[in-house]
Amino acid sequence: MSQKTETANRPVSRKDMTKWQWTLKEMKNNKAGYFMLAPFYIIFFVFTILPVILSIFFSITDFNMLETPNIVWFDNYIRLFLDDDIFMLAIKNTLVFATITGPGSYLLSLIMAWFINELPPKIRALMTLIFYAPSISGNVYLVWTYIFSADAHGFINGTLMDLGLLTTPIAFLKDPDYIMPIVIIVALWTSLGTSFLTFIAGFQVVDRSLYEAAAVDGVKNRWQELWYITLPYMRPQMLFGAVMAITQSFGFGAVITGLVGYPSPDYCAHTIMHHLDDYGGSRFEMGYASTIAVVLFFMMIGSNMLVRKILGKVGK
Amino acid sequence: MAKLRIRKSNHAMNRSLGGDIGINAVLLIMGAFMFLPMLYTILQSLKPLDELWMYPPRFFVRNPTLGNFKTLFNLMSTSWVPFSRYIFNTAFVSVLGTFGNVMLSSMAAYSIAKMKFPGKNFLFQVVVYSLMFHSTVTAITNFYTMSMLRLVDTYWARIIPACATSMGLYLMKQFMDTSVPTTVLESARLDGASEIRVFWQIAMPMVKPAWLTLIVFCFKDLWNAGSSIYIYSEQFKSFNYAIQQIVTGGISRQGAGAASTVIMMMVPILVFVFTQSNIIETMSTSGMKD
Repeated sequence: MSQKTETANRPVSRKDMTKWQWTLKEMKNNKAGYFMLAPFYIIFFVFTILPVILSIFFSITDFNMLETPNIVWFDNYIRLFLDDDIFMLAIKNTLVFATITGPGSYLLSLIMAWFINELPPKIRALMTLIFYAPSISGNVYLVWTYIFSADAHGFINGTLMDLGLLTTPIAFLKDPDYIMPIVIIVALWTSLGTSFLTFIAGFQVVDRSLYEAAAVDGVKNRWQELWYITLPYMRPQMLFGAVMAITQSFGFGAVITGLVGYPSPDYCAHTIMHHLDDYGGSRFEMGYASTIAVVLFFMMIGSNMLVRKILGKVGK
Repeated sequence: MAKLRIRKSNHAMNRSLGGDIGINAVLLIMGAFMFLPMLYTILQSLKPLDELWMYPPRFFVRNPTLGNFKTLFNLMSTSWVPFSRYIFNTAFVSVLGTFGNVMLSSMAAYSIAKMKFPGKNFLFQVVVYSLMFHSTVTAITNFYTMSMLRLVDTYWARIIPACATSMGLYLMKQFMDTSVPTTVLESARLDGASEIRVFWQIAMPMVKPAWLTLIVFCFKDLWNAGSSIYIYSEQFKSFNYAIQQIVTGGISRQGAGAASTVIMMMVPILVFVFTQSNIIETMSTSGMKD
């Protein structure tokens, strides 16, 4: 149908026009489309794309919000990587934290969603709620500060002491040996969010007849079913879930601060997010903070690209 | 519209008994890990002071009381800025931001999903890539942009960025791709309806699950928002921020702290309970292509 109306509307055929003429004409014919996306894209550009561009620009200056910036080229990067010991610690912590919470949250979401999918519908809805609730409940993660409280009234200390397993309470959230494992556990606890819901939905839309066909073809158990049918079928959801999980794993700064305060004891849970906040939010060293933001930005994009490559291998 | 398949029986042919037991055991353990801290928060909020400081600490409450909630409300009434102001701030920002996001995202998503014009694939790809970085990267530089636009320390500093989230456009576009049939739109266009009318009267009613999802996602973010680096006047700060300030005012306020957490978490959880099936339906279309 469209073929006919198109030729009727357009007296000149595409062949007679250069590429630019054609594009311009198409743009004119679809003014309404551009008007409809303009409000979104103007705001999106100003507050999501522009900051990335600005960060890259600021990162080669000594901008501090007050004086006119001077271009210092790579001084900020040199200072960041060679002179800033705390930043090195932050990179290490961020990598440890993100490589555990990112894949951890992803696998947890996927496996739990798979298991939940085996349940009858009513129970499935309830279990979805139970697993999803911590991620939407604001700062409910602060309950872990009661659980790991450093005195005998803390739930874990008190219980262990009552059982005679402990004589003096352990300062869980002040001792660098315990802090990292605890913040990782709490972060995982709050991490079954968007990607988890995506998987719950993904499992439900897999074409049922595929399983029957596969059973005939000799798929024996649920593991084979998962690997050969379900996962390849829901690869789009898995990719989206991965993006969500990775992005999220770089955004747990507030959870860490809520649990162990800022700065954390011996900077043992100091991440790049904290470093960025420190220089940007408190010291207003925009140039230096932008440098940190640029590094963080490329870490996020890089890990996303890497994971996309890995996920391309599922079911093959 | 995409209909969810409901599995009638969980006893499919290739399910081993051992596997069933294992799966249920894992679900039970993980479910307890997820649920018990939530339950503990609620129980803490109901404990009278002597039980909060009891040794050894108990998980369950013996004499439940609403005393902590009363303390919280008393503390609220002594605050410097009237507490209703904080509640108004959060409500105002949440409602306007959510409304703006649903409107702008779905309008843009409609034109990308259902119209053909140069540049639309590029514009959509930019949004897909922007899903890959967390907003912490942009927060600091946005402070500069906001101060240039004179938005710092106004409601708009929180409302305007919330109006155009990459997540909003992405979910809307993916859902419209699969659940709005182009033929229906074509016939409306042939009848002479303008694009904006086709969008509003035909496409929008068809994507109710998507905008409900967007409302939930956007609302929960704005509702949970605490302090913001863009706002320093007390009278523009959020409910969550104010409640945090009260309860961090000393160790004796642990009960009131738990009470405030319970109040804060109840709202998004209830919203999710009533919209769950719509959200799952939307998320089923959220997949990303290689």
